[in-house]
Amino acid sequence: MSGRTFAQKALERASGETDLAPGRIVDAFPDLYMSHTASWRCIRTLERMGWPDLYDVDRIAMVMDHIAPADTAKTAGYHALCRDFARKAGVTTFYDVNAGIAHVVLMERGHVKPGELIIGTDSHSTIYGALGAFGTGVGYSEITATWVTGKLWMKVPESIRVEVDGPLARGTYAKDVMLRLIGDIGADGATYCSVEFRGSYVEAMSVSERMTLCNLAMEMGAKNAFVPPDATTLAYLDEAGADRGSYEVLLPDPDAVYRQVERVDGRTLGAQVAVPHTVDNVVPVTAVAGTKVDQVFIGSCANAKYDDLAIAADVLAGKTVAPGVRLIVTPASSRIMERAAREGIVSTLLAAGATLTNPGCGACAGVGGAMADGEVTFSTANRNFRGRMGSYDSGIYLGSPATAAATAVRGVISDPQELLT
Amino acid sequence: MRARGRCWTFGDNIPTDRLVKTRYVVEPMEVIVRHVLEDLNPRFPVEVAPGDVVVAGRHFGQSSGRAIAVKALRATGVGCVVAETFARTFLRNAFEVGLPVLELPGVTGLVSDGDVLSVDVAAGTFRNETTGAEREVPPPDAFLLEMLRAGGLIALTRERPELFA
Repeated sequence: MSGRTFAQKALERASGETDLAPGRIVDAFPDLYMSHTASWRCIRTLERMGWPDLYDVDRIAMVMDHIAPADTAKTAGYHALCRDFARKAGVTTFYDVNAGIAHVVLMERGHVKPGELIIGTDSHSTIYGALGAFGTGVGYSEITATWVTGKLWMKVPESIRVEVDGPLARGTYAKDVMLRLIGDIGADGATYCSVEFRGSYVEAMSVSERMTLCNLAMEMGAKNAFVPPDATTLAYLDEAGADRGSYEVLLPDPDAVYRQVERVDGRTLGAQVAVPHTVDNVVPVTAVAGTKVDQVFIGSCANAKYDDLAIAADVLAGKTVAPGVRLIVTPASSRIMERAAREGIVSTLLAAGATLTNPGCGACAGVGGAMADGEVTFSTANRNFRGRMGSYDSGIYLGSPATAAATAVRGVISDPQELLT
Repeated sequence: MRARGRCWTFGDNIPTDRLVKTRYVVEPMEVIVRHVLEDLNPRFPVEVAPGDVVVAGRHFGQSSGRAIAVKALRATGVGCVVAETFARTFLRNAFEVGLPVLELPGVTGLVSDGDVLSVDVAAGTFRNETTGAEREVPPPDAFLLEMLRAGGLIALTRERPELFA
């Protein structure tokens, strides 16, 4: 048998099987089962099953991020159900409405480790590949079944290797690389596939940028994404409190077989924008520069990490948001917000006229930040489907935090190069 | 796992956000079901009948992995979804909740909206009764068919606990 990809190795580890070729279906035992606000559906499903014994309560992780804090009595009831269940069942990895977006919270607090198989009730669970884990989205009753049985069916995916060389041009970031790639191969270009990122740019990236890469891989249909763990990863894990003895780094073999290899040349890439209403409708920022916007949203698991807020603050420092434009900033987690406050970033954003909200999914999950008919938002999130932020007759453009901040200052879509100091 | 009924056609890359809009996600199913795919075809949630077949292009059910989207489609009475390809979260969720689905490359060239179709997912057979066109593809894995037959993953864990021991 030829060399194995990361996906083959990770699923062999999780299933105890050997020589897994793409296409094989196995029973895999995930290391962590993440459920967000949809946890209430998992709990209701468990009740319908008669609440059988749980396989391993320490593998359950719940984060109340999607509608946080509750907006109605009904969602407050769902949160209460989750809190009550966590207490009764002994779920210790439970983060309430104050913590932030599940993916980011779990990664920054040492719950996600290299080589692990992690399932989540969220399609952007591909993000865990930023730390060398196999993260993938599943349905809520699949999470419930795994709570009980400890295992879930998994098909071994084919793999795509993506090479990104750098350094990136000024004003260009991981978001621009991913938008270009999604634009090139399409929204279904990596469907059912594991995507492995390589190249000089990837090696030089922070974990935060790697999260953006792996998060956005979902928008080309990927099952999971992967950045090979290195010294940067291990330093991040140390800080997150993950004991080095508690995980094993899995790397693909040099002669592993890939379905295809894609290349993005970061050195010549400028800022990119996904225009309404699909994520693969991507153009250079210069093609849509001057488009008037009503609102700018800096948030989501794609781009509301500390680095993202710092870049936005860099652009916004000493400037103000254009008249008539609303700038909403939603930090990904409470830790990120706390650091942003400590380092003066919160002050810069507020002085520029931003509305700062509590950490969480916020407007990306449809909570706050809705648009009226005919309005336009420039967003750092990962989706721009019609009606995702309010009116069906509104439009969402996607881009990097730098492009978003430059757009907020000018009131029209703008190339961040022109405003970066 | 057999469906026979009217064909409802949809395009490529239909997101789950269109199947169940975010604002309906936490509503009861009797509310949700009245709005499934309404933006793309307002007649669909009103006129869809048990056994009808949804035919879509590439990457059906992309975007959010919300299983409620599949549940809502099943609740309309749709007997089967046939697509050129599915988004992987939608495909998983279909087996999870017991909605028969079939990947059939080229299907969009074989149907017009309103044709009468018969589909047998377990056999991998597709027939357009209006035009006479027929196709056959390898059926899904036996384990997945078992899950569909039981009515989804949770139903299967109850019915066949030994599979999960």
